[in-house]
Amino acid sequence: MAMAWIWTGMVAASVLYGAGNGTIGAVGNAAMEGAGAAVELCLSMAGVMCLWSGIMEVMKASGMMDGLSRLFRPFLRRLLPGACQDLDTMAALSGNMSANLLGLGNAATPLGIQAARRMARGCGGVAGDELCTLVVLNTASIQLLPTTVAGVRAALGARSAFDILPAVWMASVLSVSAGLLAAKIFARIWKD
Amino acid sequence: MDYSAWLTPLLLAFTAIYGMGRRVNVYDRLSQGAKEGLEVLLGILPNLVGLMTAVYMLRASGLMDVLGGLLAPALEKLGIPAETAALLFIRPISGSGALAIGSELMAVHGPDSYVGRVAAVMLGSTETTFYTVAVYFGAAGIKRTRYAIPAALVADLTGFAAAAFAVRLICSGGA
Repeated sequence: MAMAWIWTGMVAASVLYGAGNGTIGAVGNAAMEGAGAAVELCLSMAGVMCLWSGIMEVMKASGMMDGLSRLFRPFLRRLLPGACQDLDTMAALSGNMSANLLGLGNAATPLGIQAARRMARGCGGVAGDELCTLVVLNTASIQLLPTTVAGVRAALGARSAFDILPAVWMASVLSVSAGLLAAKIFARIWKD
Repeated sequence: MDYSAWLTPLLLAFTAIYGMGRRVNVYDRLSQGAKEGLEVLLGILPNLVGLMTAVYMLRASGLMDVLGGLLAPALEKLGIPAETAALLFIRPISGSGALAIGSELMAVHGPDSYVGRVAAVMLGSTETTFYTVAVYFGAAGIKRTRYAIPAALVADLTGFAAAAFAVRLICSGGA
């Protein structure tokens, strides 16, 4: 329902402002143009998106996700010591992290939810510190290859679709670190 | 030497050879994954039609520039280009909406321009925060989310500022 309000707000604001600003003709043309541009964009990025989804699927089938999961365990033990005492929760957590890293959203979410459910047992509907940390980890993107964005860039004729990678990794690391640090600080000062 | 020119071909070859070594039917998996990619795209397309219509209307009316102008002084302090103002608002709320605004920015300014690159890095380094919070806490039956949303928004804001910073640092402004 939130999206309905946002969409209506965007359209109504454009029409109101366009009417007052004398740009209503351009607004009308833009509406037609935008719909077409959406289809064009999807078509021109379809090849890149499909190719990378395929490559990610091969990586998953070759057991790369399991390999990554093992690498994550020491890190998770330090970050979420309570949850990691339960081996099944830790397996779901490390699977969630490595699927996120490979950009396998369809695999990451069910695993993350499984971990969250196990961590929420007996908490009476109140999010504990470790559950908050898990959610912050998942709201910050840690994708190695942002394939959708690369698809858009390729569709728009970028010289090299992936040359933004070092910048994406740097921004991701800073963003995740800030989120985790904020969670640590809030955990101490938050008044319930 | 452009290292990123090597990334795609090497990653494709490595994945294929590694997969064959693990006795995976590489070709079958590839087609299966490509099909899933198509399904993802089919899910995005109807959303993009609605959202890009609204974004193009906002841009054409001139309201998008007004919003950018209002926020420019605050964003400048964080080193964030004012053109991306609308992207900052929609990013935590709607993934398709952010994709619509981000790709419009890349199309208008050029994918290799400073603003185009910052928009791309912002999209690649942040998530749809409110959606994710709703999915996880909804599934776990959490009523009181405590500080999860503020902490996640700190991560988003840092991600936006870091995106602009990283593009200035690494991509030297682009074309």
